[in-house]
Amino acid sequence: MRKQTHSASTEINKNTEGLHNNVVKMVNTASKESVNVTVLVSVGEHPLSKRPRRAEQDARAIEIGLNLPGTQLHVMHAGAADNVQTNTVLKDYLGMGLPEIQVLNIPQEADNLTALTSNFTDSNPDIILTGIRAENGESSGMLPYVLSEQLGMALVPSITEILSVDKKAGFAELLQALPRGQRRKVRVKLPFVATVDMAAKAPRQSAFGAAMRGKITVVDAIATATTNNANTEWKITPAQPRPKRLKVVKAKTAADRFKAATAKAQGGAGKVIYNNQEAADAILKMLTDEKVL
Amino acid sequence: MSNLYRRDPRAQWIARNRLHPLHVPEGQLVQRGPTGLLRKNVHTIGFIGPNGLKRIDRSGAADSFEQLNRQSAQGSNSAAQEEVVLPLHKVANPDFYILVVVDGVSGRLSSHDRDTLGLAHKLATHEAHIENGVLAENNAAFDKGIEGNEVRTGAGASAGERTGAVVAVFFDAITEERLDITGIDRLVNFEGNEYQHYNPEQRCADLYKLVNQLNPKHVLFPDSIHGGADLGRRLAAKLNTTVASNVWKVNNNQIVCRGSAGKTDITRAITNIMLVLEECSEPVSDTRHECLALERPLEQSLNQLPNINTQYLPNQEPSPVLEQTPDQIVESISQQKITDLGNVSVNPNDINLAEAGFILSGGNGITDWDQFHHAAAILGATEGASRVAVDDGFMPRERQVGATGTWVTAKVYIAVGISGAIQHMQGIAQCEKVIAVNSDASCDMVKRADLSAIGDSQEILAALLTLVTEQKGEPKSDLNTDLKGDKNNQSTSTSDTSGQNPHQATPIHMLEALHA
Repeated sequence: MRKQTHSASTEINKNTEGLHNNVVKMVNTASKESVNVTVLVSVGEHPLSKRPRRAEQDARAIEIGLNLPGTQLHVMHAGAADNVQTNTVLKDYLGMGLPEIQVLNIPQEADNLTALTSNFTDSNPDIILTGIRAENGESSGMLPYVLSEQLGMALVPSITEILSVDKKAGFAELLQALPRGQRRKVRVKLPFVATVDMAAKAPRQSAFGAAMRGKITVVDAIATATTNNANTEWKITPAQPRPKRLKVVKAKTAADRFKAATAKAQGGAGKVIYNNQEAADAILKMLTDEKVL
Repeated sequence: MSNLYRRDPRAQWIARNRLHPLHVPEGQLVQRGPTGLLRKNVHTIGFIGPNGLKRIDRSGAADSFEQLNRQSAQGSNSAAQEEVVLPLHKVANPDFYILVVVDGVSGRLSSHDRDTLGLAHKLATHEAHIENGVLAENNAAFDKGIEGNEVRTGAGASAGERTGAVVAVFFDAITEERLDITGIDRLVNFEGNEYQHYNPEQRCADLYKLVNQLNPKHVLFPDSIHGGADLGRRLAAKLNTTVASNVWKVNNNQIVCRGSAGKTDITRAITNIMLVLEECSEPVSDTRHECLALERPLEQSLNQLPNINTQYLPNQEPSPVLEQTPDQIVESISQQKITDLGNVSVNPNDINLAEAGFILSGGNGITDWDQFHHAAAILGATEGASRVAVDDGFMPRERQVGATGTWVTAKVYIAVGISGAIQHMQGIAQCEKVIAVNSDASCDMVKRADLSAIGDSQEILAALLTLVTEQKGEPKSDLNTDLKGDKNNQSTSTSDTSGQNPHQATPIHMLEALHA
């Protein structure tokens, strides 16, 4: 199985060599080194207390990075440096056993995307992991998509696991979270951006000692002002509970309305079977009809 | 018997009492009165006009007699059984388009899709009053050097009234039967082998082309894990714009969306690409729509755009598969950086109980717990338990279903030996099909269940297991000989992005169970 995927992927590589010369070249030159994984972390926000905390998906992304053997893990935060609250949260991340977190120093109102893009074009990471959405602010979830578009990388949404990374062949195999607890296996070309789902393995606890030992390195970044000033016109209020959808009865006559209001739930009585064998048949039929077997 | 007419006071009372359950609202036009004389029921004359008021056509035209017969011909059918023919909403020459990219999980429209279509219909019909300046501004992001937009805004200004068409985009085959009542004016269906797999990049590229050609005013996606949320953001990144995500309210030019992961409401101006939440709008229910296949002018040069309106084919089934030139195929393959390797088999007991699709739940009536676990493994069901079973130590606490445990949403829930305490029934309220296996026919679970088997649960489970193993006999032997080959098949054949049949891929666990 393993061998097959190797050969298959190299073949594809040959086929697309002409078209994706630059990508292949980059993979080849860097192939001797280990896989470079960069995790972008943000400052989370507790849903009730609104206190800053480790963002849950970002912590899971670090957990995935820590569990990948033979990789170089870089953790990066883009935001204002030397902020007390940010530093407490970054210490929480460091407490997972990270030696260092880089902080791209970007003022609050500046655009962090250009800084991130220029940083990544310099550092050439193979894998960029982020959460799906931020826990504060607009949380539109656009950042990984824009990053992948600007860097020309593939994007895999809501992954739970990185099964294997083959830097020589330039491919990685990932598990993606689907509804109803299902998983899909996808193969993706390196380099890629992936967002980490909540179904991924829960992050390890943050240890105080490790947090104290870890370093926060501030990297100066080119700050450019945000281009869209639309945000200033936004009105941000605490979330209102959404009204429940009412059952609208479109009755023309009073009798119809009366019936709709007083009608009992239909079909309350299901089928009752007393014979064991018949019952087993009926259950099997229902299971196959519902396509669960 | 004599010809004497005999009164039936009860029938007369029912006929008078419009709220009586047996009352037939639109009876015969001519009925026996209380004295036995034939009486004309004047209430049934006429018809309900388009504005909901009753109209009687007294013009003496040919129809004016039919309107009497129309009612009497229906006879004693009750109003509920009548097939209501909804008025047809026609958009001949749309001034603008609202693009809706539905999830279409296994070819069907989910309620989320319907809500999104409802919102699109609202946007297409209710936006006649918005000033053109705002429209031009909104369209600006999609311009990208296309002149078509200018032409259309000019037309809108002269006409004053602008109507839009809702264009629904389906990927893969459509299995939904009645598309006309869902509010789709135009239909675009991308079909082909590649769409049966997970190929977000291809889909995004197709959408990108479509958006550049139609230049729609808004593009709506359901903000769902079935693909809408991902596709919308991909498209936005490609178009170099941004999205409004988690939109749950649209008032003219203003939208309200959830921010900060659901903690805040952001009121902002309406955007081009919107990812909308469930229940953002009522689904379309009052009108039928044409649901015409939109001839996609993908091969045309862009300067032919203003002529799109004449390109619709009336009442054509989903448009034929787009023919690609070899160059385009090579291009599309090289653009695909993600390859779908199919769904992998998941241990049912690793699935979170709240989102499991098939649960076998055991309660106080179970005597043989080994058989229960064996049955769950063979059926490929996630295990659940009632509070009693958990309290007695047969099952762990996290498997408890009910008000104090987990509220489950399974498609099929089998309750073995559970009588159905009210707390348990609350927990399974959202399950679609409930099967009860119980020795007591009068318990609450049997009242709730769609199918109940009364008898000894151990025997019924044993009978079910023999049936299932018999049925799976052939594939099982295949598995033993060629497990690897089966795996390969799986990776190519299972492409279910929906999780609708979550337990397709369970043969490995079946084997485990057989060895146990």
